[in-house]
Amino acid sequence: MGRYEVLETVAIADCALAVEGTDLDDLFTTAARALAELMVDPATLTPSLERRVVLEAVALDLLLFDWLNELIGLKDSEGAAFPGVEVQVEQGPPWRLRARLVGGPLHGGTAALRADPKAVTFHLFRVEPWAGGWRARVVIDI
Amino acid sequence: MKTIPITDCVWEIPPSEKPGMRVPARIYASEALLAGMDAGVFEQVTNVACLPGIVGAALCMPDGHWGYGFPIGGVAAFGAEDGVISPGGIGFDINCGMRVLRTTLTEAEVRPRLPQLVDALFAAVPTGVGARGFVRLTDEAFADVMREGSGWCVRHGYGWPEDLEATEGGGCLPGADPLHVSARAIARGREQLGTLGSGNHYLEVQVVPADGIHDETVARAFGIEAPGQVLIMLHCGSRGFGHQVGTDYLRRFDGAMRTYGIAVNDRELACAPFRSPEGQAYFAAMTAAANTAFANRQVITHRVREVMGRVFARDPRELGLSLIYDVCHNTAKLERHVVDGIARDLVVHRKGATRSFGPGAADVPAAYRHLGQPVIIGGSMETGSALLVGTAHAMRETFGSTAHGAGRTMSRAQAKKRVWGESLMQDMERRGIVIRAASKSGVAEEAGFAYKDLAAVVDVLHRLDISRRVVSLKPIGNIKG
Repeated sequence: MGRYEVLETVAIADCALAVEGTDLDDLFTTAARALAELMVDPATLTPSLERRVVLEAVALDLLLFDWLNELIGLKDSEGAAFPGVEVQVEQGPPWRLRARLVGGPLHGGTAALRADPKAVTFHLFRVEPWAGGWRARVVIDI
Repeated sequence: MKTIPITDCVWEIPPSEKPGMRVPARIYASEALLAGMDAGVFEQVTNVACLPGIVGAALCMPDGHWGYGFPIGGVAAFGAEDGVISPGGIGFDINCGMRVLRTTLTEAEVRPRLPQLVDALFAAVPTGVGARGFVRLTDEAFADVMREGSGWCVRHGYGWPEDLEATEGGGCLPGADPLHVSARAIARGREQLGTLGSGNHYLEVQVVPADGIHDETVARAFGIEAPGQVLIMLHCGSRGFGHQVGTDYLRRFDGAMRTYGIAVNDRELACAPFRSPEGQAYFAAMTAAANTAFANRQVITHRVREVMGRVFARDPRELGLSLIYDVCHNTAKLERHVVDGIARDLVVHRKGATRSFGPGAADVPAAYRHLGQPVIIGGSMETGSALLVGTAHAMRETFGSTAHGAGRTMSRAQAKKRVWGESLMQDMERRGIVIRAASKSGVAEEAGFAYKDLAAVVDVLHRLDISRRVVSLKPIGNIKG
């Protein structure tokens, strides 16, 4: 089970995340969960929507960049967040991702809203293997 | 990093401090503000100084703090023919900006209905993550918004004709081309016109305090007559549409830099020559997003007028709800400036910085042209904001630029650890500031203690003469995302 931490002293107007996963699937799942929890308290969201996502990128870090931006895009185009995530990452190049998302609308119910992420930045952006599996650092523009 | 004092409130980092610096970095701050700036500011402003075609110096305003790519408060000008354009020098929230409306109402008239007014504004202006607006647009109509900006709104009844004159660039920057905008950007932004967003965006009811008028002549030209007068200020940008335009071109420039042999110290500074196909495509898309931001603030202005008219049972024109001015924060604009005695066409990037054109500048409304453009400096929701006026000195010193706000001193995560949003809201109400927010944790992130002292920032701008103090403003009502 992956974990993430908010880096409190980095890019102070935004949100810097350090994410760890036992493998790439776990890393991508945990990063998506962190992003959803940035937007809303997941316990207050009614899980009424299901979406599937397929992505491809020439590099692993770009796949993570595109993946998180895909979720940020859905937040605006569908007005929804997706804390329920299952991800499979296929080694590349090209690197591929298949995901199943479960979530719900942010407005019109009881969702306790948090921040509105605008975009994933390339500032300090990093994806790398380490002794515990895979880790990433991502600064999200708020 | 060596920071050399040049004159009062001007500090310079010489090119010898970092390999690749083409020009010095220049920070505008008092000694105390400089000491309080985080390490990211110095790293980032010197990274900007390394970009191809930069002219003069890489600048950081006194509200500067650690951002991504450019520091927040960053200003840099690049030669239009030999320089670059960088999404990281503009930010994802393209043309995030501020506007302020005057009223003929006094605090004494507004106070009795303040909770009703703030509730009605909160109901009329959607806030928070994922919110949608009331304007329904086809793809064709949204393309018209991109091309026309505020003008589209006025044509469709969401504004008064004179609003355009009181908006930077007339509320429509030239060169927007919807063909350079992705379908994803349209899908994100088409239903968000008239929404406030989240983070540091706000809509505020403000009042001129007893000692708030510093320059009576300029204040009167802005339509501000006396202490107690109520104003409405709002801060928001291009919403998901602009965010996606920034994302699309950051991703594209990340690959395109290899084509042009450009290397950058921070990948977020990905850039392309301004005159390249990639640079021109981004400029056309970025301008479309800037125009959409003008339209967003214009539609919110329309809602404010509707609400005020209803709450005070008077025609909005009788309430004097005229736009004083609308300024951009996050843009790159093609401007002509005199550099070393020669007029040059420059791509001026302002990221968390405001234009501050002085007297006589062409793009300043006729009513203010003899004085300089109004400059709006947004402070925290607890402490207040300020109106200043642009100066001739800013044209020479900072490419006609100044600060945009107070600037943060601590991160969002740190602020949330120090205060609960709900208790802060109750405390603000006890102090006479009525607040409604879509996110209580978001309120905690925006606590006054998380920001620099606005008066200290304004004092530096005034001493430097890159904008002059006109009016201070205090919040009495606030809605947030």
